[in-house]
Amino acid sequence: MTVALSAVAVGDALTPLTYTVTRKQLVKYAGAAGDFNAIHWNGRVAHEVGLPDVIAHGMFTMASAARIVTDWVGDPGLVTQCEVRFTRPVVVPDDDTGATVEVTAVIGAVDADAGTARVDITAKFGGQTVLGKARATVALPA
Amino acid sequence: MALNEAFVGKAFPYPETYFVGVEKIREFARAIGDENPLYIDRDAARAAGYPDVVAPPTFAIAVIMKAQDELLFNPQLGLDFDVVVHGDQRFVHHRPIVAGDELTSTPFVDKVRTAAGNDLISLRTEVTDPSGAPVCTAYGTLVARGAA
Repeated sequence: MTVALSAVAVGDALTPLTYTVTRKQLVKYAGAAGDFNAIHWNGRVAHEVGLPDVIAHGMFTMASAARIVTDWVGDPGLVTQCEVRFTRPVVVPDDDTGATVEVTAVIGAVDADAGTARVDITAKFGGQTVLGKARATVALPA
Repeated sequence: MALNEAFVGKAFPYPETYFVGVEKIREFARAIGDENPLYIDRDAARAAGYPDVVAPPTFAIAVIMKAQDELLFNPQLGLDFDVVVHGDQRFVHHRPIVAGDELTSTPFVDKVRTAAGNDLISLRTEVTDPSGAPVCTAYGTLVARGAA
């Protein structure tokens, strides 16, 4: 069962999500999404274009931002909008540990007439935010 | 190098239909580390009222990728793809994408500009079903770092 809109209030916090992303995960994502930009898997190319190292696909980070919302509502089909700005890269080292990203979220707005709630999402890597204006809108039953 | 202003406001319909498959949705879900049953389990998706497994909200990027690339790699546009990073992304889902969907993508160039030595291009891609009904509108900005 999903969440009822009447049970949601501005400021409510969602269950936090922490994940680790490795080079292997980026290769899997590149294949699944069809995004083979070399900065996401090739350290030489990343360095050549002035990046500190291989960086995660922004869309991989966005997928995790969306996940904190879908984990909450259960039914991903209730997400009617999601948006992010990519403000800092998630740098993924060539080791077995990878990079750890912490995702938190709160209810930013509830629109009873529209039957929607807006979720404001924060994603941090190394203590700094990596997304700006990260938001999702969910349509919830009354 | 400034981007070609002549692209602004134009539609670049991509001729190939994207056939959304069960295994592709599962592959994508597993690649983002999210095994929500509605992405993986057809029975669970049907029990929730869907015709088949549901795509994650950001799966639309895989649907539009080839259509966008066709436009972005057009040499007339002047985008230096070697230095491109993603600036922002927004999806408006008019309905969920599900396995079995046959989708067509039409990217539009909404804006090109130069800022702080970077070339920026804002795209809007309309994703529709075979009847022409809107399924998803994807807005994205790509940044060619230091290319301007």
